[in-house]
Amino acid sequence: MADLSMSSAMTGPRGAKPKKAMSPRNIMLYGILIVVCVYYLLPLWVMVMTSLKGMPEVRIGNIFAPPVEVTFQPWVKAWAEACTGLNCDGLSRGFWNSVLITVPSVIVSIAIASVNGYALINWKFKGSDIFFTILIFGSFIPYQIMLYPIVILLREAGIYGTLWGLIVVHTIFGMPILTLLFRNYFSSIPEELFKAARVDGAGFWGIYFRIMLPMSLPIFVVALILQVTGIWNDFLFGVVFTKPDLYPMTVQLNNIVNSVQGVKEYNVNMAATVLTGLVPLIVYFVSGKLFVRGIAAGAVKG
Amino acid sequence: MSVASEADAIRTSSVAKPRPRWSRNVSSKIAAIPMILTALVVFLGGTIWTVVYSFTNSKLLPRANFVGFDQYERLWSQNRWLVSIENLLYYGVMSLVFTVVMGFILAVLMDQKIRFEDTFRTIMLYPFALSFIVTGLVWQWILNPEFGIQGVVRDLGWTSFTFDPLNNPDTVLFGLLIAGLWQGTGFVMCLMLAGLRGIDEDIWKAARVDGIPTWKTYVMVIIPMMRPVFITTLVIVASGIIRLYDLVVAMTSGGPGGNASQVPAMYVYDYMFQAQNLGQGFAASTMMLLSVLIVLIPWAYLEFGGKKHG
Repeated sequence: MADLSMSSAMTGPRGAKPKKAMSPRNIMLYGILIVVCVYYLLPLWVMVMTSLKGMPEVRIGNIFAPPVEVTFQPWVKAWAEACTGLNCDGLSRGFWNSVLITVPSVIVSIAIASVNGYALINWKFKGSDIFFTILIFGSFIPYQIMLYPIVILLREAGIYGTLWGLIVVHTIFGMPILTLLFRNYFSSIPEELFKAARVDGAGFWGIYFRIMLPMSLPIFVVALILQVTGIWNDFLFGVVFTKPDLYPMTVQLNNIVNSVQGVKEYNVNMAATVLTGLVPLIVYFVSGKLFVRGIAAGAVKG
Repeated sequence: MSVASEADAIRTSSVAKPRPRWSRNVSSKIAAIPMILTALVVFLGGTIWTVVYSFTNSKLLPRANFVGFDQYERLWSQNRWLVSIENLLYYGVMSLVFTVVMGFILAVLMDQKIRFEDTFRTIMLYPFALSFIVTGLVWQWILNPEFGIQGVVRDLGWTSFTFDPLNNPDTVLFGLLIAGLWQGTGFVMCLMLAGLRGIDEDIWKAARVDGIPTWKTYVMVIIPMMRPVFITTLVIVASGIIRLYDLVVAMTSGGPGGNASQVPAMYVYDYMFQAQNLGQGFAASTMMLLSVLIVLIPWAYLEFGGKKHG
């Protein structure tokens, strides 16, 4: 492209011969990729198609075939009527529980972790790096080993079995990855800015709110994506730290689908599954490359 | 390092009279209280507490009645635990090998300057945004013997076709593996692709000048150069595998036949919160910690051991 201006002086086209689009290499390459994509897309297709069929059609039909007669009845039933135990008000209960859990957990965990990252970079104190190292190692330790001590702590604090207890748990276990994320990001902000603000008399919170926060909105969005999908998808903490009335959507979904009572309504099960997966999927498709950045942050060490 | 010490020098020289130690950075210390509490009380304290109480005979409530290695002896004589460990080993090795190999091959394919790269990546990565529960339930439905793949192929006329991994104790791990790979390979592919993109273009030019075939360049040059990426990926994937729980709960609930697909995390949960046998749960979770340390310590040594003193 750079030699466009010279091309008039040349007698023929320069550079390597353009590759043919249909070379055997390309056919192989795209062929493999398309087959792989079919494997990845198949479950989504089956899930949505099954959820749009009536039960008679599910029984006689092919799970890969699109519905002959589209019905939204399974969705309505999954949302408002499906039973778990004695409650028969559908997944909507789990959905609202998940919203009540996710929103405060995301806000609290990001607020705390961003201040941690800021303190670790700009306001180091004796031992701060030791705490950080423990935090990072802690993120690899199986959660199971810390479950019971946390149950005791929450019980002592009087919030075991409540939404607040679960919010504390999500804040604790989100802290390592988020602190790492913010620490690495803040370390890329020029130190001169910090020093200049210090000279001008700004303190810890002044610099955080006036300089660091406005400069790091992208990383807050990455953290938001990471936390919303992570907390929405959690199952273990939901089971351990809440009571059946407050079960998040994933737990309720599993209870609906894997309950042994009654006739299995596969179309309702799949509608419930799609509904539960919808929030993270929307976050994923809207966020695009920021999602990749968020998950890669777990792999990049500072 | 030098920048930080320089900054410290500036900071200390600008302060006329050094303040007492504790009062420096007070706001910072207050702001870091949640982190300090999490690190010390929950991560360190909680871990030590569970390890200590795994040597007691706690049942319904934790009691400091120490009985030595009794819980561990009982643990390792339980058939269910032995099956769990065996399953984790088989599943773990298969899952590690397949995710890393498939992830790398997909990353290589994606790195051939292809068109629609973003579309392909979006498709391969979306399962990673879904929970293990959703993943498990979808694949449970696809692998359903009556209506799923087996049923469809039989309807086509091949009536003796058998593909029912989830109801056969010998193959149930493969059923889990199909779903696990579907969920996780896209993520590994992204890590590998980032690693491939980080390699200097000049390496490729040099290899081309020397006339080395592409596949040989990958095997002999690129893979050795990507060693850190491989190690990081292995550690992340391995520590995820040890925690494996949700997927099994959703797909098989530990069955078929009672415990064919049991995993350690399930054993811990059941003994801690269902069977009211805390001692067993603590001992089992301590064994899980041990298995993570076996993965983690060599890695930490490789990763940080040399740099700290450098």
